[in-house]
Amino acid sequence: MVVDDNKYLPRSFAAMFQVPDDARVSDVPFTTLKRHVRESRIALVTTAGIWNKDTADSFDYEREKREPLWGDPTYRVFGNDLRQEQVGAGHLHLNNDDVLADFNIALPIDRLRELVTAGEAGSAANHHYSFMGYQGGGPSGPDTTEWETRYVPEVVARMRDEGVDAVVVTPT
Amino acid sequence: MPVLARTIEKGGLPTVTVTMMPAYAQTAGTPRVLGVEFPFGHPMGMPDDAETQTGVLLAALRHLEQATEPRARRDLDYKWPVPQEIAYKAWQPREPSPIVAWFKEQVLKRRAVEEGN
Repeated sequence: MVVDDNKYLPRSFAAMFQVPDDARVSDVPFTTLKRHVRESRIALVTTAGIWNKDTADSFDYEREKREPLWGDPTYRVFGNDLRQEQVGAGHLHLNNDDVLADFNIALPIDRLRELVTAGEAGSAANHHYSFMGYQGGGPSGPDTTEWETRYVPEVVARMRDEGVDAVVVTPT
Repeated sequence: MPVLARTIEKGGLPTVTVTMMPAYAQTAGTPRVLGVEFPFGHPMGMPDDAETQTGVLLAALRHLEQATEPRARRDLDYKWPVPQEIAYKAWQPREPSPIVAWFKEQVLKRRAVEEGN
């Protein structure tokens, strides 16, 4: 089956995701996996905008309400022992009911642990991460400068310190 | 957003992106793309559907290993168990997001100016 990008996309949003063929990004970074997945340490990164209420504060959704062209560029960190009742969610562009019922729909920490036990992956990283996907909009589109220059390199450095071999990214 | 995987990959770590918008992800230069036809907010499936979540994650891990070139795309066959007209509304926030409200306000302002108010 060929997945239809537009199946659940409101028509008024479609223009935001149109990339004309001549603007197709030509340089695609591609890092080869160094060892088999069964021997690799895997980290998870979502953009669901969730946090662990016991260890972290909410994303700054109040500022986004005051400044609709701005989105919080920071990230939150999770351990492998995350429990559902610890999860906070407040993404203003999604209905958060389902992620508050089961965080694995966006950040599949429990599923990764099971696959490690089953021998399908080498190990789970000690930490996994959530960003919040809305990085500003308006006429000029999103601004991902803070992600690119500060927060994502910070996460990458943490992953490398933990010996992560590969990352599953789950935008929402 | 493609920039997330691209930035991680530039940092030297291989990525696979599970996405509801695989065509967009490819065009925008995502290193490895795994397409799922799920409503937004649900890249791994429904709440408490461990079987689908495991299947999607396992497919993502396989794609990490099997993809040999940038933009490599694989789409999964899972069908969302909720009718489209319900699922289409269910993923959206109850109140319009601040930016959607802002855009509506701009349109109304422009209309007011055009009508000479």
